[in-house]
Amino acid sequence: MRTPFKHLAPLYETAKSRILLLDGAMGTALQNYRLEEAEYRGDMFQDHNSDLKGNQDILNLTRPDVIQAIHEAYLEAGADIIETNTFNATRISQADYGTEESAYEINRAGAMLAREAADKLSKSTGQQRFVAGALGPMNKTLSVSPDIDDPAYRAVSFDEVKDAYKEAVAGLLEGGVDYFLIETIFDTLNAKAAIVAIGELGEELGRELPLALSMTVTDLSGRTLSGQTVEAFWNSVRHARPISVGLNCAFGAQDLRPFVRELSRYADTLICAYPNAGLPDELGEYTETPDVTASELGEWAKSGFLNIVGGCCGTTPDHIRAIANAINGLSPRTVPEAESALRLSGLEALTVSS
Amino acid sequence: MSNLSNFIIIGERTNVAGSAKFKRLIADGNFTEALSVARQQVENGANIIDINMDDALIDGEEAMTTFLKLIASEPDIARVPIMIDSSKWSILEAGLKCVQGKAIVNSISLKEGEEEFIRQARRVRRFGAAVVVMGFDELGQAATVEHKFSIAERAYKILTETVGMEPGDIIFDPNVFPVATGIEEHNDYAIAFIEATRLIRQKLKGTHISGGISNVSFSFRGNNPMREAMHAVFLYHVTKAGLTMGIVNAGQLTIYADIPADLRERVEDVILNRRSDATDRLLEVASSFKSETIEKVDKQEWREGTVEERLSHALVKGITDYIEEDAEEARHNYSQTLEVIEGPLMDGMNVVGELFGSGQMFLPQVVKSARVMKQAVAYLLPFLEAEKKGGAKSNGKIVMATVKGDVHDIGKNIVGVILQCNNYEIVDLGVMVPWQDILKAARKEKADMIGLSGLITPSLEEMVTVATEMEREKFDLPLLIGGATTSRVHTALKITPCYSGGTVHVLDASRAVNVVRALMGTESGSFLDKIKMDHDDVRKRHLKGDRGKTLIPIEDARKNRQRINWKGYSPPEPGFIGIKTLLNFDLKKLAERIDWTPFFRTWELKGNYPSILKSPEYGDAAQSLFDDAQAMIEIIIKEKWIEANGVIGFWPANSQGDDIIIFGDDSRDPDNLLASFHMIRQQMRKREGRPNHCLSDYIAPFDTGLEDYIGAFVVTAAGEKFKPTIERFEQDGDDYNAILLKSLADRFAEAFAEKMHERVRQKYWGYAADEQLSSEDIIKEKYQGIRPAPGYPACPDHSEKTILFSLLEATKRVDVHLTENYAMTPVSTVSGFYFSHPRSQYFGIGRIAPDQVEDYARRKDVSLSQAEAWLRPNLV
Repeated sequence: MRTPFKHLAPLYETAKSRILLLDGAMGTALQNYRLEEAEYRGDMFQDHNSDLKGNQDILNLTRPDVIQAIHEAYLEAGADIIETNTFNATRISQADYGTEESAYEINRAGAMLAREAADKLSKSTGQQRFVAGALGPMNKTLSVSPDIDDPAYRAVSFDEVKDAYKEAVAGLLEGGVDYFLIETIFDTLNAKAAIVAIGELGEELGRELPLALSMTVTDLSGRTLSGQTVEAFWNSVRHARPISVGLNCAFGAQDLRPFVRELSRYADTLICAYPNAGLPDELGEYTETPDVTASELGEWAKSGFLNIVGGCCGTTPDHIRAIANAINGLSPRTVPEAESALRLSGLEALTVSS
Repeated sequence: MSNLSNFIIIGERTNVAGSAKFKRLIADGNFTEALSVARQQVENGANIIDINMDDALIDGEEAMTTFLKLIASEPDIARVPIMIDSSKWSILEAGLKCVQGKAIVNSISLKEGEEEFIRQARRVRRFGAAVVVMGFDELGQAATVEHKFSIAERAYKILTETVGMEPGDIIFDPNVFPVATGIEEHNDYAIAFIEATRLIRQKLKGTHISGGISNVSFSFRGNNPMREAMHAVFLYHVTKAGLTMGIVNAGQLTIYADIPADLRERVEDVILNRRSDATDRLLEVASSFKSETIEKVDKQEWREGTVEERLSHALVKGITDYIEEDAEEARHNYSQTLEVIEGPLMDGMNVVGELFGSGQMFLPQVVKSARVMKQAVAYLLPFLEAEKKGGAKSNGKIVMATVKGDVHDIGKNIVGVILQCNNYEIVDLGVMVPWQDILKAARKEKADMIGLSGLITPSLEEMVTVATEMEREKFDLPLLIGGATTSRVHTALKITPCYSGGTVHVLDASRAVNVVRALMGTESGSFLDKIKMDHDDVRKRHLKGDRGKTLIPIEDARKNRQRINWKGYSPPEPGFIGIKTLLNFDLKKLAERIDWTPFFRTWELKGNYPSILKSPEYGDAAQSLFDDAQAMIEIIIKEKWIEANGVIGFWPANSQGDDIIIFGDDSRDPDNLLASFHMIRQQMRKREGRPNHCLSDYIAPFDTGLEDYIGAFVVTAAGEKFKPTIERFEQDGDDYNAILLKSLADRFAEAFAEKMHERVRQKYWGYAADEQLSSEDIIKEKYQGIRPAPGYPACPDHSEKTILFSLLEATKRVDVHLTENYAMTPVSTVSGFYFSHPRSQYFGIGRIAPDQVEDYARRKDVSLSQAEAWLRPNLV
């Protein structure tokens, strides 16, 4: 396997001997703090003209203490890698709250908070921790028309999406992330715009920037919202040479299993999967307990699907701790070699062996 | 072609340079039809589709972008990878920004030197596409094997070493040039391609070869059988040499082995350049093959007919794809636009009418036909106006309305559409229309008749009012009555006596046409007389009948109430007391719970789901409607056309006589009631052992001292986008989708009520936490406890909803309102009470006697006439 990124050499080295642990959900942990509008605003956005409650990413600026505490809780639970609190921090997603002009700062601050927490725990525990800069899927999508009467219409252009990601990526990079994690991908074209953004920034800086990818599926048919199968998705993004690829969110481990298993068979890179804590009930609450999640994921590890594992919606530091126990001592998946082929895709994959 | 199983077919028809038809479609902006070209390619077996918009008259970037975005919304096309084909880099890059899949860029070349080649290849790599490299360099197009290979070798080195591309992503196109042109140096062109292919596959490991196969036969254009034979032979040899894919007409691949031996030999001589007279020998036989075109049967065969036949077909099949195009063509065939409407369009609709009348077409199909008709007329309207002619002469004009206080209109809209199909003009006044407006409109529009609709029982009273006012204002138009609670008996007893102009009850949409036709015909007088006689008959029988005899005094009925042994019973305590709002309930979960049988009934397809889909009579219509419904549900969920919001509540309650009294808290202070519900008791004489039911019997009486409870709910399926979406469909003349969406919203609301009841039983009230029921059990009501609704058989007074709504704060919490007659808006809303007692069951009140009405008026503290008005349907 290629290891072109010097600062990630310890990560690759660890990945050879054991399964790495990613953190869990930020939102679930935040709920316990019951932050109100005034706390979301802080001093900085005191006079902001629209409500900010619910803008989780703005807390990087207004309540850094809370975000850092959550990062530390996950690191203490054993996470090797933590994700920055920047899922919705692009200019386009922040526009919902009228805070698009702060997008760069939110990303930079988010990266610095995670960096600080990771470095602190690396030092105190002697185990090196990593920071993944989270790039979420955005609230606007490039492959689906929001107007049923005008299927050619898009609410946003490829270049707008790419530029918004580029700004976020620059902020994350300055704040000190180790790599970028384009996650919860439900429209591959948005993800491609993010890949192009990272590539272009790298070209300007004269070095390649590492990235990882994580898709999500909308239902048990195993397709993204924009209609692609798992293999079609992989064919679409394999050129980005991600340090890891995988699935997150969607369902609990049980329902996500077949798709992780499938991807783990042919993806010639590390597999990183982080499902939800089961399925939400009608009120959108996740109720799966840490031991249930952990026993499923432990089984995945035994089956050899995993290189990196963590949790998505509904998971807590307790879940991560339980997963850590469940995977303890289990071997990581062996990354397969990919044969040379022309790997094309529409909504479905078309792989032509060479 | 024997060994083509691994051959990748690239569909070539979506190329403006290669297809005159596709070019015309794109130049005209007819993307809908252009999409169908793409779809046909995929249907015919294309594994990839090549899209090319290179034409002087076309804005290539714009056309490429639009077309690719449109393809993204067509899963049956978007399934396959795209080959973005252009000689202009700007078009290629514009295309790359529109495809989520891994595409092929066709093509780049060394024509303008290495620098530009590297720049473009890097962009391709950045976007993650594969790339076709043409056999073209600074010296020109390569025709010889050596030149073809040297270009490939040079490009391979640059792409893998400088650009960092994987060999698997590189596809060489070593140029297919025409043979048999009569020019000697061209004779080697096919064999040079074959040999270059072999060499490249051998030396440049991991790469692929593609080519524009049909170029090889260019000198035989106009002679398709010959061209197909040449393609087949060429493909046979070149795939053996290592060709992976080729750009071909996916519908027209001939099999090598199927070519007659003599022809095959002559073609092979040309392709492989085996003898000097090969071209002449092929020309000798060429003309004899010309006539036998091996065209695939066109799936769009109906497009070949005359414009009248096409219009008729489109109307009967409900296809809107070509309707404007055909209407435009028809317009030129007639001296006046009006003749198009009165001629072919009306003829088509007459066919629809006949098929519907004879039971060969069903309601959903007819509503689709109406959509085609409306779009055709909408298209023709400006021309009609320009000619300063009035519209087509209709068979009659009908003013229709849902009466005051009622909001239900699916049935009315369906009847309107069906009548429009039969060339009646409909003036639809909408919902909640007061009688003044109905009468005014009928006068102003010089209507031939009035149609009234309503669903809730108070609407029956409103209809009587309209009839009375029509009489007073000396109308003489026939009055049509329709809607779920209306009936021939009610019409005969209550409405006909109020109006002398003639009143007809119309059972459903399929009868509407016959009734209206009869009323517009010369025999209308005798038709009305017959109806009147029938109504007189109904009345006489009703009066003569043993009316009143079977009712017992209310006091006796109360004595014969359902006896529940309250001793030792401990009522289950709900999980909370007070109100809980549930917003944005998961629609996917509700979609699974939809009871489809009533949905089909709305569309007048009678039968139970799922067997209705296999019905020999309705099966096709039902399946097609069901498919449309499923497709729309997906959009509803994705686009949030509907939001499911609900509010539920539980309160300490006891019965007191036939009332149910509600307490604010568990102190149960009878002087401090939150509210009272007033229930009605059955008064028919019962057989021995059968009680006279009343809902209050299911709640422990106050004097038992038991702490019992009652629950209530309002669930609604509407939301911000619902109404605008319906309005948009209606404005577009798309009644089909408007009615479909409304009927689905009703199903969502019902499914929500069912789901919520389950949650209440299992969780919120929690008295049946362990129940395990199948959907069938639920439809059969095999669970403990009931959820009767005010205005329905067990508690027929709609006005009780006011109490229920204020307890639940339903207007504030879920934005549901009550009209003056207690219809709920939005219309797709369900409300009701929750009773938990194991013996509670559904029943109908039936007829009640005046003594209970007087008692009821006292209990509710309203005038007797008010109570009578509310309970009218039970007093008949």
